Amino acid sequence: MSSAKRSNEPIVWFLFGTGGFFAAYFLPIHVLLYGIAFPLGLLHDPGYATTLALLEHPLVRLYLFALLTFCFFHAAHRMRLTLSDVLNMRHLNTILAFLCYGGAIAGTICAIWLLAVVP
Amino acid sequence: MPQYPQYQLKAYRPRMSAYWYLDQWHYLRYALRESSSFFVAWFCVVTLVQIAALSAGPTHYAHFQALMKYPAMIVINVVALGFFLLHAFTWFNLVPRVVVRQVLGKPTPNILSSAPNFMVWFGASVIVALFILGVF
Repeated sequence: MSSAKRSNEPIVWFLFGTGGFFAAYFLPIHVLLYGIAFPLGLLHDPGYATTLALLEHPLVRLYLFALLTFCFFHAAHRMRLTLSDVLNMRHLNTILAFLCYGGAIAGTICAIWLLAVVP
Repeated sequence: MPQYPQYQLKAYRPRMSAYWYLDQWHYLRYALRESSSFFVAWFCVVTLVQIAALSAGPTHYAHFQALMKYPAMIVINVVALGFFLLHAFTWFNLVPRVVVRQVLGKPTPNILSSAPNFMVWFGASVIVALFILGVF
């Protein structure tokens, strides 16, 4: 067996790249509706029952699982590089990687758990 | 008498300002584009809270809706939308730079590779919006 250390870049980049597309395609409309239009009353908020009915559909939960997981890892990877490059925190690389990817894993576990216990 | 060299060799250590990203517009644009990740993480957490509130019942969901109405919350979300748009535009315009694209040995225009992404973005947004608004 080769003792050469294998890079973890491909897996990190796969998650980062896919998350980049998910974030670009879907997050703007989510924040526009739930974060701006509904709270300001620009559009009628469909309310609890309609939104819960939507969440009860398995495909919607699959969509939310993919969206949240890939976006969490996308954000984690970019946050790690932003903090180490822009804010010159390169010397804290190990801690940053632990916090960022650890946070993404925690977010993914939360998403799985929350989507599994939907009544 | 020993001969000492007049100059001692030292490793080159470039000095970088802590605010290097303010030096040029390109640097600032890079820093802003990368900062979109913080808002991606932010809104993912908001969505997790929303799912939790939905599962917990109507009272909790009303609390979530009230939380989203705080002025500070709306300001953060407007800023987040700005960063998401910056991310989307830069991300889609990146596609022509990473895909191999040739027709009859000639590279195709950039717009041919990036435009489909903008169309998918528009279509996906309309479909998600119709689902969220309860039209479907």
